[in-house]
Amino acid sequence: MKSSVIVFPGSNCDRDIAVALEKMQFKNKMVWHKETSLPKSDLIVIPGGFSYGDYLRSGAIAGKSLIIDEVIKAANSGCLVLGICNGFQILTETGLLKGTLLRNKNLKFINKNVNIKVINNDTKFSNKFKKDEILKINIAHNEGNYFTDKNHLEELNKENLVAFKYCDEKGNINEEANPNGSLENIAGIFSQRKNILGMMPHPERMVDEIISNRDGINLFSSLLN
Amino acid sequence: MKITNDIVEKHGLNLEEFSKIKKILKRDPNLLELGIFSAMWNEHCSYKSSRIHLKKLPTKGKQVIQGPGENAGVIDIGDDDAIIFKIESHNHPSYIEPYQGAATGVGGILRDVFTMGARPIALLNSIHFGEPKHPKTKSLLNGVVSGIGGYGNCIGIPTVAGETKFDETYNENILVNAMAVGHAKKNKIFYSKAKGLNKSVVYVGSKTGRDGIHGASMASAEFDENSEEKKPTVQVGDPFTEKLLMEACLELMKDNSIISIQDMGAAGLTSSSVEMASKGSLGIELDLEKVPCREENMTPYEMMLSESQERMLIILEDGKEKAAKKIFDKWDLDFVIIGKTTDTNNLTLKYNNKIEGEIPIDALASKAPIYDRKWIRKKPQKNKVNIKELKKIKIEDALVKILSNPNHSNKSWITSQYDQMVMCDTAQKSGSDAAIIRIHNKDKAIAVSVDSSANYCKSFPLTGGKQIVCENWRNLISVGAKPLAITNCLNFGNPENKEIMGEFAECLEGIKEACEFLDYPVVSGNVSFYNGTNKKNISPTPVIGGVGLIKKLSKPIGHNFKYDNSILLIIGKTFGHLEQSVFLKEIYSINEGMPPEINLHNEKNNGECLLKLINKNLILSSHDISTGGLIVSLAEMSIGSNIGAKIHKPKKLTNSINYFFGEDQARYLIEVKNENLSKVYKILRENNVFYENIGITQSDFFEIENELKISVKNLYKINNEWYNKY
Repeated sequence: MKSSVIVFPGSNCDRDIAVALEKMQFKNKMVWHKETSLPKSDLIVIPGGFSYGDYLRSGAIAGKSLIIDEVIKAANSGCLVLGICNGFQILTETGLLKGTLLRNKNLKFINKNVNIKVINNDTKFSNKFKKDEILKINIAHNEGNYFTDKNHLEELNKENLVAFKYCDEKGNINEEANPNGSLENIAGIFSQRKNILGMMPHPERMVDEIISNRDGINLFSSLLN
Repeated sequence: MKITNDIVEKHGLNLEEFSKIKKILKRDPNLLELGIFSAMWNEHCSYKSSRIHLKKLPTKGKQVIQGPGENAGVIDIGDDDAIIFKIESHNHPSYIEPYQGAATGVGGILRDVFTMGARPIALLNSIHFGEPKHPKTKSLLNGVVSGIGGYGNCIGIPTVAGETKFDETYNENILVNAMAVGHAKKNKIFYSKAKGLNKSVVYVGSKTGRDGIHGASMASAEFDENSEEKKPTVQVGDPFTEKLLMEACLELMKDNSIISIQDMGAAGLTSSSVEMASKGSLGIELDLEKVPCREENMTPYEMMLSESQERMLIILEDGKEKAAKKIFDKWDLDFVIIGKTTDTNNLTLKYNNKIEGEIPIDALASKAPIYDRKWIRKKPQKNKVNIKELKKIKIEDALVKILSNPNHSNKSWITSQYDQMVMCDTAQKSGSDAAIIRIHNKDKAIAVSVDSSANYCKSFPLTGGKQIVCENWRNLISVGAKPLAITNCLNFGNPENKEIMGEFAECLEGIKEACEFLDYPVVSGNVSFYNGTNKKNISPTPVIGGVGLIKKLSKPIGHNFKYDNSILLIIGKTFGHLEQSVFLKEIYSINEGMPPEINLHNEKNNGECLLKLINKNLILSSHDISTGGLIVSLAEMSIGSNIGAKIHKPKKLTNSINYFFGEDQARYLIEVKNENLSKVYKILRENNVFYENIGITQSDFFEIENELKISVKNLYKINNEWYNKY
């Protein structure tokens, strides 16, 4: 499977995701933001980091960069797109995903391992997970507080477009288990056609037992499935 | 403009130094030249009070590739890998403007490391604040922590370890020390020494503004009630630009274009150009009208003394300019040839072809003043504390009090604001004795830790100096690493005071002795004097940052208990030394007496033996015993794992308080599987290491026979409250 990782000035999880993709046998290419065409890809990844220093608003400037037009075109023609952390923020800025990511409720950067629950395991991104499976995954962000309007929230729930929700160790989805104030504990969402996934937690950080755990592996193996 | 005595003093120079300048130039300096002398001759850049003492430190060893004198120290970790690291203070700016002060402290130390060709792989910090009840402490803590996080998180280098302490001594002068560690290939290390005539001197990075002018001079003076007015001399950081600068520099370093490279840190363009020329015994000529400026009408004086961040000076090989510029264009950074190397041995500053200033390079560097300041030795304090004469306290009450104070409370409120995982090589995060960072794409790893013990150093600097080196060494051993070398950040008061200078000299003697004995050389460091306000100096606070090697990384053992019913041993002998302990300070506010003695032979022997046991996979968890003594270390192992312990009453020491709270050195706590116990005993005996079997792990309760029983959940709660309530 061919993947492309888009690199913006200020991206800093680009190497991490590339390592994870290669470990999972993806044929990966790095694509600089000034490029105007994409290599042929089955999967496009927008990595985490601080694209353009988070100036103006996280993801806002990257959302208007040269290569993004190509990403939008590819996504609209059904290509799989994964945005992690700052990548999720960028996807909401482009309009490929609806809603927005506000500042964390406690107004601080948060880096820790949290539990998330697999809500929809019937997608290209999640078919190797069990439904309601609980994963322990690292988060690291200032603006991860997902918010959207009432109509879209209804749509997310009705169409089963919520990918992951923050939960406690036992899988309870409640306020204590919500690290950043996200609406209904939402940690990741799919686009209407389910070919785009945006998520705040970092699956690429969870593919190596020595460093953390392997709870992120199945996201990548789902894509290969 | 006539240079008056008043102007001289405003530049932080004394009149004696001014006459020396006139003698060197054989004329009066102009304002630009005076500014440059002031920037290069201040304490921060010249090390004029510390140099004769620093020379005594051991800096060599077969693991050392580059000792002090470069941007950072370089050590060999086998194969073609080198580790480049350094610690630096940013105390004064952080007190005035905590967010930017701390952030630019991180930015500055990162540049020192990637300037030498290393990709930074870890950040550490040592931060000291005044008492929590002091009106400034809360906002300083908030500002410093978000500044450190703000910079490191954005540039994408994990902040993996550190220490945070509170003490009245820092009420008016906090300490913010930042350490960066990078990885490079041994044959791709870049130095600051210029070579060759007529080579292009290139300015890269951010534009120059009026921020930070005379920042280094500020760091070389005490504070007074007007310190707040110094805000304009604090630099402003931009981690995004630094990320671009780092990537651009590392990209340029892939081929052979660079002769010499130096970051513009303290004293900006002045110190970087002088440093390069001085090391290469060359002259350097700058055309200042070419310097990229952020503001209009900047004068040569302002350009030369600005401490705007995220800038570098590079001397390029002939014919490489075009290719190099292309790289910096790609990253949208300025790249301007602003001068050339010359054979005049002068720093020559021109503006639109007119010479604005000319100073012999050696007068600014190698011939800068050096002072052998008066110092006196600290007399040993004879006071002994007899615990039986003090009002009795229950062990449980004392333990609760210590575990719930800010110095011993769980620090995750701080560490969760730092990205510790980015780069995906952090095998052990902060909260343990040392952090572990894997070398990318390899099986090996390094362990890193920063440590200080101001109370010990205050009460008896010679022992204190030895102790911090040993403490740092133990922290690396505990996680299974072989300690290789250190960097130090020496935070002291006013060196013109002979007692303070004595604290400095004696701490250094202690550091020297321990480093020599442990083959643990000093490869880089920084001195910060004048920490104090209105004649009140801080306690001497040397900070040690150590790096150790783990040859083959497996899942780190850490200090958390692993199973119920395993055996707990203390390595090293417990005497019950209570003077200068956390117990006496916290419970009785007693600060008298000597710190615990250091026996370097035992340190080395006990540590090396533990390392052997860890390498043979005979240890489940291990933790060094430090402040708070045995009981606090035990509690920490319990709290992190949610597994309890059952400890016997002490067999030898009759007084439980001495036994459980004494801070005797060279000790570790280890958890061993019952089936491995005889093997462990055998190795300990063969190596003549003293050990003691003190009990077992058990589920749910932390217990000492006939003394206390408390649920681990409760201990966890006690240990996790302070920061969330503050």
